[in-house]
Amino acid sequence: MANQIKLAADIGGTFTDIVLESGSRRWSGKVLTTTQAPELGVIEGIRLVLEQSRLKPSDVGVFIHGTTLATNALIERKGARTAFITTEGFRDLLEQGYEKRFDHYDLMIDRPQPLVPRTLRYTLRERLSADGDVLVPLDESQVDAIAGALIAQQVKAVAIGFLHAYAHDAHERRVRGLLASRLPKDVTICISSEVAPEIREYERFSTTVANAYVRPLMAGYLHRLRDELKAMGLTAPLFLMMSGGGLTTLETAARFPIRLVESGPAGGAILASQIAGECALAEVLSFDMGGTTAKICLLKDGEPERARKFEIARAYRDMKGSGTPVRIPVIEMVEIGAGGGSIARVDRLGRITVGPDSAGSTPGPVCYGRGGTEPAVTDANLALGKIDPAYFAGGKIALDEAGARRALQASIGDRLSLNDFWPAAGVTEIVEENMANAARVHAIELGRDIAACTIIAFGGGAPLHACRLAEKVGVTRVIVPKGAGVGSAIGFLRAPVAYEITKSAVISLDSFDAQRVNRLIEGMTRDARAVVEPALAGARADVHVIADCRYVGQGHEIRVSVPVRKLAEADGRRLKAAFEATYEQVYGLRIPNQEAEAITWSVTVSSRTERPKRAARAARKPAPKPRSRRRIYDPALGRQVDAPVYWRFDMAPGATVKGPAIIAEDETSTIVGARFGATINSLGYIVMERKS
Amino acid sequence: MSKSALDAIRTQVMWNRLIAVVEEQAQSLLRTAFGTITREAGDLSAGVYDTSGNMIAQAMTGTPGHVNTMATAVAHFFRHFPQSTMKPGDVYVTNDPWLGTGHLFDYVMMTPVFRGKKLVAFFASTCHVIDVGGVGMSAKANSSFEEGTLIPHMKIRKQGVLNEELLGIILANSRNPVEVRGDILSLISANDTGARRLLAMMDEFDLSSIEPLARHILTQSEKGAREAIRTLPDGEWSYDMPLDGYERPILIKSKLTIRRGKITIDFSGSSPASIHGINSPRTYTHAYSVFGLKAVIAPHVPNNIGSLSCFDLVTEPGTCVDPIRPSPVTARHVIGQMLADCTFGCLAQALPGKVQAESAGSIWILGLNSAHGRVPAEETARAKQFGVINIGLGGIGGRPGKDGLSTMAFPSGVGTIPVEITETQCPLYFKHKEYLPDSGGPGEFRGGLSQRIEIANREAAPFAISAATFDRIHNPAQGRDGGRPGRKGLARLGSGKPLPDKGIHVIPTGDSLVVELPGGGGFGDPHRRDRAAVDADLAAGLVTPDGVRRDYGHEPA
Repeated sequence: MANQIKLAADIGGTFTDIVLESGSRRWSGKVLTTTQAPELGVIEGIRLVLEQSRLKPSDVGVFIHGTTLATNALIERKGARTAFITTEGFRDLLEQGYEKRFDHYDLMIDRPQPLVPRTLRYTLRERLSADGDVLVPLDESQVDAIAGALIAQQVKAVAIGFLHAYAHDAHERRVRGLLASRLPKDVTICISSEVAPEIREYERFSTTVANAYVRPLMAGYLHRLRDELKAMGLTAPLFLMMSGGGLTTLETAARFPIRLVESGPAGGAILASQIAGECALAEVLSFDMGGTTAKICLLKDGEPERARKFEIARAYRDMKGSGTPVRIPVIEMVEIGAGGGSIARVDRLGRITVGPDSAGSTPGPVCYGRGGTEPAVTDANLALGKIDPAYFAGGKIALDEAGARRALQASIGDRLSLNDFWPAAGVTEIVEENMANAARVHAIELGRDIAACTIIAFGGGAPLHACRLAEKVGVTRVIVPKGAGVGSAIGFLRAPVAYEITKSAVISLDSFDAQRVNRLIEGMTRDARAVVEPALAGARADVHVIADCRYVGQGHEIRVSVPVRKLAEADGRRLKAAFEATYEQVYGLRIPNQEAEAITWSVTVSSRTERPKRAARAARKPAPKPRSRRRIYDPALGRQVDAPVYWRFDMAPGATVKGPAIIAEDETSTIVGARFGATINSLGYIVMERKS
Repeated sequence: MSKSALDAIRTQVMWNRLIAVVEEQAQSLLRTAFGTITREAGDLSAGVYDTSGNMIAQAMTGTPGHVNTMATAVAHFFRHFPQSTMKPGDVYVTNDPWLGTGHLFDYVMMTPVFRGKKLVAFFASTCHVIDVGGVGMSAKANSSFEEGTLIPHMKIRKQGVLNEELLGIILANSRNPVEVRGDILSLISANDTGARRLLAMMDEFDLSSIEPLARHILTQSEKGAREAIRTLPDGEWSYDMPLDGYERPILIKSKLTIRRGKITIDFSGSSPASIHGINSPRTYTHAYSVFGLKAVIAPHVPNNIGSLSCFDLVTEPGTCVDPIRPSPVTARHVIGQMLADCTFGCLAQALPGKVQAESAGSIWILGLNSAHGRVPAEETARAKQFGVINIGLGGIGGRPGKDGLSTMAFPSGVGTIPVEITETQCPLYFKHKEYLPDSGGPGEFRGGLSQRIEIANREAAPFAISAATFDRIHNPAQGRDGGRPGRKGLARLGSGKPLPDKGIHVIPTGDSLVVELPGGGGFGDPHRRDRAAVDADLAAGLVTPDGVRRDYGHEPA
């Protein structure tokens, strides 16, 4: 895809972002998301950037698309009428879940409601054991009655999940076959051994059900989009961005739409990975802050951390366990309710709280003047002088600074006996502290040292807070890329075509059954290649194999890279050594003489991505003339300081300024803290470094 | 203004930070622990203390039994180890049920934190280790000496050097020495993580002491709790709760007194300690009774010594809620976890219409073992040897305005263990695990449903179950404000015969174990239940047609 003209579209909750790239030139646009028929917004946005670029639809060589549609359908419960068929005696596992209160102290919590109510949960007589023996044969005679009930109930999607089907799929496949011949053609059927063949029944069933639930909707949308694009003359191949950071074909996306959730944030992480490559950064903290949430993702050797578990639609935002778990490949990140629209309050103990609820775009923060009355983070930034109203959103939205100050005084200041800019200072300090704390806890979960990272900041809010976040977590360098406002869509253009397949198989590393592992990995590699290769046009693919390992007796696994070749018995020892090295790095100790095992294996086949060109430190130039000066509050100094305001596009590569300073552009402003300096590198990125 | 305003904001930030620090400490422990109960179900606790031993912050991850007992565990160390004798790199340990968190399985680890030469804080953490010797996870013992090895207050690490002799004693007395060693090292390292983060925070804010911060946190928390208590009416209410007990029934007597912002729960007159290990040491009694009171009265106030100190506890030594050495206490949660419901029984009279109905209460620990050593050797000659744990969870009581939660722990914070995980660890398999219709206590807001679990052996061999924690078989969870009791629990053989007591029972070859957990009590008069809700329950099979007729007085739709 080297010299093609590339197009990307990222459908978010509020905006649809479009980016078009031809060689080194780039055009971008934002249009409002058209929730009822999202393809219309995409088409409108495409027309907009094509117009800007004077290119024709037929010039586009490849189109990459990411969307929150599946996520929204799950949050808003707008998927298909879905039924679930499981092993007799286990009708309620899907609802019982972890059987754990996610908040000990709140007596009024509700468990996450399953996507399939009990009335649509059916059971079949069959039972497999953990090692594949048939304990109870499949009773095929029950299928007719169930098929009749499904038709009577006008079910549009069916998920099938039997116990231990991750290892033995025969019963699930058989029932799918029997049902397919009995149900109307438009009824979708998903089986757990295909969607998420991993041990732990609740999570596997939940994933399978979620996939079935969104599949009719997503398949319909994707096919409509394909037709609309064709109608406008855009016939380039279409790829979908997945939550794991890889691209896939429309056909695969329509089969496994659950893999499309969180594709936007994944695009952001891919962008960070690209920048890490350009700037030769091994350890990176990617910091993406928008209107509603902040996303923090850690990269190692320039690559984001991966995981295979994600929770959708947390009823109590930020509360683990209050949502629907899905086991899909995802880029590991932490998302907290800390965005520009997050609302600030004082709780009953006199503590400032920020978020997780957000004023969104309507009514928005008080300063938007659209009826918002509770102060949000953006109001605090404005009151502290960090946002210059003249430049905000290219000067298109007039900001009510006095209104913002009044709201901050009333909601925060009066309750805490603070006045002037102090209430705003309290709000930004708390939101920055919340983000720093989320980053710290996330880093310990991954066993990483934040202080060794460089922060890459994008999304409208991140450049305003990145310097302070850096100070709080001990980071000394922050990079703000170009085009930060549409970062996720730019990230789509850098993503490889990839597919990951995962299977559970418990295998001891101390007495390693190399043959069994070889057979397993060969089969998975073949399946993953079959998905990826049609999209490669003959290009070479890379294969990566990961084993999730732990000491026997533990419950949490660590990802260990497996060499891609035929394995021999001695590789068990090598994998154990690699596991123990990582374990020690994460937890500071090893457990001597303890047997280790691999639980789950995953194979990723992906296209090779181009090596990014390296950024260079441009020859140092003096700072341009500031456009204006503002009084801003510097939290590290704990007082107000006088800061020059530079226009980003006045600053050529090499231009260097000392903090405190503001570097303004259309979609955001970068705050250079008093203890930092900033320079523009050869690629036009702002690089802030802590003064020694 | 600016100096004090800045200080005020920084104090806020540091309070947030401390909570994140202890959460990191807890996560580190959760991810490295070996015990199934700790890692799958979260049976652990982590906290930070000021130099007087006052707990100032604790992690959200954890379970109330550990959390609130650990609040007082740290100060006990000082009697044996004055602070002047403590050195950087020292770590202190105990699993004393009376001075730690209530049974020998819980190791409490305390680490003093030094900034330079100055002692600035303590971190403590605790988790449930797999095995401590003795009779194991069973209530069978008649004294704490039979329950396993007790480690009094000792140093497990001296100035950075692990005390291998002590560790050797601990490991020699455990059936799972490797895992126990792993858990102990995890506890030590979790505290180290906390200490590092705290010191980094003190550097960042240039603090030489956290005492002013601690004072602020404790004062604000106490104030919050007192304000909440002051909204309650003054008065005195009592409630008696009968429980099955082990060798004989037990009665918990409770009396709640609220007077001018002061609240006291008094368990005087409760049954004497059992001769079996279901007794709840005072510290554990304190943990769950205060948890219950606080969850209703001041759920928004953080748990620390400031807020906990607003609740007074009175117990009589020698009773089952304040056993004295050497009363056995291994399954102390059987009584301890019923105490939240006991406090609700009093509170419901003070706050009519505002307190939920009773729940299944203590979790049923399904301690499943091969039958080796319990039957003639030839019966197990070819059988696999194993020991696994799963958790059986019943229903939570109906709530004001909402049905109770089905199959969930309350007040414990633990969860279940996946069927597929248990089945990869042993030859047993589940034949059934599903909601039990009609088990939720009838009410305007129905009690949560319980479940029926049936477990059999794939091998032609018997297996054993410890019934130590199966209660509410004779005494169901009561309803509230006109609501009816939840269904009683039941433990029997698949072939029919009930298990006779809380002992260890053998399930014969070819037979199975059936447990039916207790349901939650109903809230409010069942005849006032919304007809649509009754119909929906019927359509979903959560109630039967007979149940609708009997309990709700409707002809089924």
